[in-house]
Amino acid sequence: MQARRLVVPVVLLPLLVVVPWLSVDLPFVLPGALDSPGSLQLLALCLVFAGVALSYDLLFGFTGLLSFGHALYFALGVYVPAIALTEWEWSLPAALALLAGVAIVVPLVLGSVSLRVTGIAFAMVTLAFAQAGNVIVQTNPGGLTGGDEGIGLNVDPLPDFLVGVVNTKNLYWLALGYAVAVFLIARAAIGSSAGHVWRAIRENERRVEVIGLRPYPYKLLAFVLASFLAAWGGFLWLLLIGVTPEVTTATFTLTLLVMVVLGGAGARFGALAGGFVYTLLDYRLRNLAGEERIQELPDVLRVPLSEPLFLLGALFVAIVFFAPGGISSFPARLRSLVHRRAAKESAS
Amino acid sequence: MSAVTALRVEDLHVYLGESHVLQGVSFSVAKGGVTALLGRNGVGKTTTLRALMGLVPRTRGTVEVQGENVTRLPTHAIVRRGVGYVPEDRDVFAGLTVEENLRLSERGGDGRYDLVYDLFPELRERGRQRAGTLSGGQQQMVAIARALLNDNSLLLVDEPTKGLAPLLVTEVAVALERAAELATTVLVEQNLGVAQRVAQHVVVLDGGRVVHEGTAAELFASPERVRELLGVHGGHN
Amino acid sequence: MEATISTFVLLTITGLGLGAMYFLVASGLSLIYGLMGVLNFAHGAFITFGAYVAWWITDQIGGSFEVRLLVGGACGLAFGAALGALVELVFIRPLYRRPVEQVLVTVGLALALGALVYGIWGADAKFFPIPDWTLDTTTILGANIPNDRFVEIGVAAVVLVGLIALLRFTRIGLVIRAGVENRAMVTALGIDVRKTFTLVFAIGGSLAALAGVLSGVYYGNVDPVRGTSLLIYAFIVVVIGGFGSIGGSAVAAVAVGLVQQYANFYVADWLDWSGAGDVSVMLLLASVLLLRPEGLAPKVAH
Ligand SMILES: Nc1ncnc2c1ncn2[C@@H]1O[C@H](COP(=O)(O)OP(=O)(O)OP(=O)(O)O)[C@@H](O)[C@H]1O
Ligand SMILES: [Mg+2]
Repeated sequence: MQARRLVVPVVLLPLLVVVPWLSVDLPFVLPGALDSPGSLQLLALCLVFAGVALSYDLLFGFTGLLSFGHALYFALGVYVPAIALTEWEWSLPAALALLAGVAIVVPLVLGSVSLRVTGIAFAMVTLAFAQAGNVIVQTNPGGLTGGDEGIGLNVDPLPDFLVGVVNTKNLYWLALGYAVAVFLIARAAIGSSAGHVWRAIRENERRVEVIGLRPYPYKLLAFVLASFLAAWGGFLWLLLIGVTPEVTTATFTLTLLVMVVLGGAGARFGALAGGFVYTLLDYRLRNLAGEERIQELPDVLRVPLSEPLFLLGALFVAIVFFAPGGISSFPARLRSLVHRRAAKESAS
Repeated sequence: MSAVTALRVEDLHVYLGESHVLQGVSFSVAKGGVTALLGRNGVGKTTTLRALMGLVPRTRGTVEVQGENVTRLPTHAIVRRGVGYVPEDRDVFAGLTVEENLRLSERGGDGRYDLVYDLFPELRERGRQRAGTLSGGQQQMVAIARALLNDNSLLLVDEPTKGLAPLLVTEVAVALERAAELATTVLVEQNLGVAQRVAQHVVVLDGGRVVHEGTAAELFASPERVRELLGVHGGHN
Repeated sequence: MEATISTFVLLTITGLGLGAMYFLVASGLSLIYGLMGVLNFAHGAFITFGAYVAWWITDQIGGSFEVRLLVGGACGLAFGAALGALVELVFIRPLYRRPVEQVLVTVGLALALGALVYGIWGADAKFFPIPDWTLDTTTILGANIPNDRFVEIGVAAVVLVGLIALLRFTRIGLVIRAGVENRAMVTALGIDVRKTFTLVFAIGGSLAALAGVLSGVYYGNVDPVRGTSLLIYAFIVVVIGGFGSIGGSAVAAVAVGLVQQYANFYVADWLDWSGAGDVSVMLLLASVLLLRPEGLAPKVAH
C-alpha cells in the first residue's frame, strides 16, 4: 500500500516532467517522437482533460450531482480571456483576473438557481444554461464571440514563451502543472470537512438533512469549485488549440461525463486517467478513421469505424455494463482475477 | 407436505441499505385460517412481507407458495400464482378512481365484484371518485378489495387497521374474517385485539428472526408471554 | 397597427408550430421518465434517425410529394418505434433498479447513434420533398401563414388527443397512469410492467421520429444535429410541464414555443441580437424553477 502511494509522486510525475526531453518514438500511440511538438500538444491536451475530468468528478463522482452543463465553465475559460485579449486588447494579467472573477461569479449565480432542484431536474437545468451559453456564442452578440468562426486569438499580450510551435513544451509543462494543481486542490477539498459532507450528500441527501446540515451551501461550494477549476482548463485549451465553438456544446459536456465514467467516478486517479485516456483514444480513433485499411472495408464496418464518437460511445456503454468502476477498478479486478480462489476461501 | 402448506419461508436474509434487517427468517403457514405475524415496531414485519413479494432484494433464503419455489420469480409472477398483497401504507393509486383501482388489479376479467361490493358497499357508490380523495378507512377498503377481487390462495395483509377509527377497525376485522374463509391469510397486526380475534396461529419476529411460533390461543392466554415477546400488554388496543 | 397585429398572429402560429414539435418529443420523454425514472438522452437520436429514414425512403420511391412524404413518414415512425423498443430491451432493461447507469447508457447511445448518423449520411443537410401547398400561405387576420404550420399543429393536436384517449380509456393507459404513480405497486398487482416499459419506449421513439419528420417539413431539410437541438427544448418542456404529465407537457410546449417566437422577434429586434429567443426560453425555465421547483403539473400524489 505504502509503495503504491509513492508510485505517482516518485515515478510518474518526474517521468511526465522530463517528457519534453525524451526523443522516444511511441508508434501507434503518438503522432511522433515524445519531444515533437505534435506529441507534446496531444499530451498537453490529455493532461488538460485529466484535470477537467477530475473537476467534473468533484460534482458527479464525489457529490453525486449529475450536471450536464460543465462545458459552459470550460468555455468561459476559452472565451473570456480570448475576448479580453483580442477584442479589448487587455494585458494578460488583466484578462486572467477577469477570468478568475467570472469563473466564480457565473457558477455562483447559475449554481444557486440550478441547485434549487435536485436529481434529474438539476441535470436538465444545467443543460439548459449551458445551451444558453452555446446560443450566445453561436449568435455572436456584438461581434464578440465570432460565432461559428471563433476568435483568432491576439497573441501580442502573451509572453513569448507561450507562443509558437517551438514553445509547445512550455505549454505542456503548464498543462502538467494544471493537472497537478487540480489534483492537489481536489484532494484537499475532498479531505476537508466539506468533502465529507459532499460524500454524505452523494450517499443519502436526506440523512444529511436529518443530522441538521443544509446540503445546499455544500453543493453550491462543490459546483463553484468544480466550475472554477474547469475554467482554467479552458484557458489552457485556448493556448493549445484556440477558440472553437464546439467547447460550448452539450456533446462536449457529455464527453466529460464519458471521461469520468471511463476512469471510474468518485476516484481521483480514475478521473485523471479517464480524461487522459479518452483524449488519447479520441485522437487515435480520428487517425484510424483516415487510414487506408479502414477506408477499404465494406460499409457496415467502415462507417462505424470511421466515427470516433461512435466507438467512444459504444465503449462507454460497454464500461457501464461490464466494468462499472472504470479504469480505476481494473487493478482490483485484475487482482481478484489472480487471487480469485484465495478470495473465495477467505469469504466462506 | 405441499398439499397442506400454503407458505414456507426458509432462512430469509434481507439487507436494507447497510442494515441486516432479516437475519434468517423461517416459518411455515398451513393452508387455511389466519396467521398473525407479530413483533415490536421496526422489527421487520413489513420487510418480511415485501421480501415474500419480491419487492426487496433477498440475499439468501427460499420462499415456497403452495409448495412451489417462487424465490427467483419477479413480483408480478409471484402474484399470478395466487398471492394477494395489501401493503402497509395502502398504496392505492391516488390519481385513479376507485373503480379504476379495482379494474387495474383484476386478473383474467372475472373479478369478484359482488363479493367486494358486498363487503364494502361504500366502494360501489364511490366508484368514480379519485382514490386520493378518500378517507384513510375508505382507502384501506380499496386496498383490501384489490386483493380480494381475484381468486387468490394466499393473502399478505400489512397492518390493515393502522390509524383507523374504532368503528372502522371492526369493519376491517369482519372483512378479514370473511377473507380468511376464501384464502390463507398472513396478517401483520399491531392491534392485538384484532389479532386475537381473527388469528388462529402466530409467528413472532425479533432481532431479525422468528422467536416464537404457535397457536394464537396459547399465546394470548399468557399475558406475561405476550409482554415478553411483544413488549406490550395483552388485550391492549 | 395592422402590420403589428399580423406580425403577432404570424409569430403566434409559428410559435404553436414549434411548440407542436416540442410537444411530440417531450410527451414521450415525459412518459418514459414518469413511468421508469429514466431520462432518455437517446431520444435525440430517435428524432434524427426517424427524420433521416423518412428522407431516405422518400428518396427511394416515386409518386407525388404527398405520397412520398406519407410513406416516408410512416417508415420513419415505424423505425423510431422499433429503435425505441430495441433500446429499452437491450440497454435499459438489464439495468433495472440502477437509474444512474440507465441515464449513462442513454448518454452513450446518444453519442454513438448521433455519430452513426454522421457516418451514414454525412454532415450536410438533406432536402425534404415538400408539397408546394405547404409552402403557400393562408391569410389570417392579415397575416400570411405558411401552410406547413397548420400541418404541425394539426398533427400534434391529433397526437395529444390520441395520447389522452390512450391513457384514459385503455387498460395499457391505466397501467401507465398507475405506474407513473407507483411502479412497485403495479407489479404487486400481478402486472408485468416491463412490457409497458417497452411499449412506452416504442411510443416515445415513434413520436420523436414524428417530430423529426415534421421538423423536416418545417425547415425543409434534416441535418445530423436536428435531434440534439430539439431534445434540449423538449427537456425544458418536460421540466416546466412536470414529469409524467401529458397535459403539462402540452401547456409547457406551447409556452416555450410562443416565448421563443415572441422573444425572437420583439426582444431580438430591440437588443439587435438573434440569440434572444433561445435565451429567453432558458430564462423562462429558470424563473419557473425559482417559483415552482416541482414544475407546473407535478406527479400525482406526494
Ligand atoms: N430503506 C431502508 N434503509 C435502511 N433501513 C430501513 C429501510 N427501510 C426500513 N428500514 C429499517 O428496517 C427495519 C424493519 O423495518 P420494517 O418496516 O420491516 O419494520 P416493521 O416491523 O414493519 O415496523 P412497523 O411495526 O413500524 O411497521 C426498521 O428498523 C427500519 O428502520
Ligand atoms: Mg411495518
